[in-house]
Amino acid sequence: MDFIAILSIFVLACFVGYYVVWSVTPALHTPLMAVTNAISSVIVVGALIASAAAGSPLSKWLGLAAVMLASINIFGGFAVTARMLAMYKKKGR
Amino acid sequence: MHEALAVNPWVALAYLIAGVCFILALRGLSSPASSRRGNRFGMAGMALAVGTTLATHELASLPEIAGAIAIGAVIGLIIARKIAMTAMPQLIAAFHSLVGMAAVVVGAAAFLNPEAFGIADAVGEIAKVSRVEMGLGVAIGAITFSGSVIAFLKLNGNMSGKPILLPARHLLNLLVLAGIIGLIAYFVTDQAHWVFWTVAALSFLVGFLLIIPIGGADMPVVISMLNSYSGWAAAAMGFTLHNTAMIITGALVGSSGAILSYIMCRAMNRSFVSVIAGGFGAVADTGGAAQTDRPWKRGSAEDAAFLMSQAEQVIIVPGYGMAVAQAQHALREMADKLKEAGVRVKYAIHPVAGRMPGHMNVLLAEANVPYDEVFELEDINGEFAQTDVAFVIGANDVTNPAAKTDKSSPIYGMPVLDVEKARTVLFIKRSMGGVGYAGVDNDLFYRDNTMMLLSDAKKMVDEIVKAMDHA
Repeated sequence: MDFIAILSIFVLACFVGYYVVWSVTPALHTPLMAVTNAISSVIVVGALIASAAAGSPLSKWLGLAAVMLASINIFGGFAVTARMLAMYKKKGR
Repeated sequence: MHEALAVNPWVALAYLIAGVCFILALRGLSSPASSRRGNRFGMAGMALAVGTTLATHELASLPEIAGAIAIGAVIGLIIARKIAMTAMPQLIAAFHSLVGMAAVVVGAAAFLNPEAFGIADAVGEIAKVSRVEMGLGVAIGAITFSGSVIAFLKLNGNMSGKPILLPARHLLNLLVLAGIIGLIAYFVTDQAHWVFWTVAALSFLVGFLLIIPIGGADMPVVISMLNSYSGWAAAAMGFTLHNTAMIITGALVGSSGAILSYIMCRAMNRSFVSVIAGGFGAVADTGGAAQTDRPWKRGSAEDAAFLMSQAEQVIIVPGYGMAVAQAQHALREMADKLKEAGVRVKYAIHPVAGRMPGHMNVLLAEANVPYDEVFELEDINGEFAQTDVAFVIGANDVTNPAAKTDKSSPIYGMPVLDVEKARTVLFIKRSMGGVGYAGVDNDLFYRDNTMMLLSDAKKMVDEIVKAMDHA
């Protein structure tokens, strides 16, 4: 992919983000932060590439360290979001 | 080598679908009813992104990778289960620091082994565009990491919430930032090790310097801002790796944090620049102490129980003090008793009532308060005038009428809840001496229609519940 194609995706995604986030109800702003935290750990993709690759052993171990850090975030982030969302109940439950 | 990443359209498609899943995850949060499904979309997107990556790379070290994921999963799940809802801001700050650190480490791995990421040319040099993206990703990641660590320490009470002001700090920060940008520019011409590591080191330093002067009252802005940074770091890494899922996610998270920062600033009537400049709350304790010589009325639990059970509508205004006193469950019990007696009960939430955006809503949800009884400032402010009792528990500055009238007040212009318009205001406070977070006295205490209930919040609510039983 060339730079302009990537930039286009990025700019359009910023607009999507803008409108989607404004539609989030303020009552759920804390779960929003927790879940954005979890999904930004998609950076684990880069960590996996580094740890899967042969070649530089240092790069591999750095990758593994990042895989672990991101995994804490992915599992912890989604789980704590689910825990919070499960608490929101309507009247007359 | 360079085309290796884009070679398979199915792979690109899978990452795009993962990105769409993340959009749907945020979209689900538009209402509590759809939010749980949204969260499952998020998990599916993540599984797809990870699965695709593992399936399309030759795995030289699968057991190690599985081990790293397992360790992370166990730690993450234990923390998610154990964490108290009052400690959510610290947890989020800690999670931000992990995203930041992961970005730095991935950047370092890509720098050391560019072939693996398909960003090296024939002679093993890193493509020039990739160097800029990598440099930015590492810099933003490092700022996110050290900034979040300081935010965590402040929120967790390991470090004083008071701003720490270094001499000439603005000049220092600007110099370091200029140094980082200059070095990233130089990195394009020379991919030397020292340049890369100096950028990382200076960025760690500036993250630290940026957050230490910011006081505890501004933490809701800081934590939102760091949320945004963690997104931009992920996006920069997505540019480096040409990965659609990372770019979409980074853009979403970046905008999300930016919007939350804006909402928090607006709720405190502070400009983003003045928050970043820091120092708020450092001088507030001069001349702000409560003037207890003014006349005020004191009430008892029995008075409060009587007034509220006679009311048609009661609006409860909770603040962080309620959570500190762990009074939310007792409060829900009180509300249940009132509802049994035919009183309409609503909750009014100020955007900065907690320590982070939406924090108070989570604390009330945990105490089984139905979310359709909980209202945001702009939706309920008009109702106070037709309300019999406003019950303020653990909130202070967000109810101060001086924000509307007193131009000399440090909180002038901040949107506040119009509690003084209710027929009676019941205000729970530990003692008359203390002041709110902004360090200003509250006019509300001395109004004719205000009755002060001086006690620990939980003890007072328990006593009110008891008094209702006897009535």
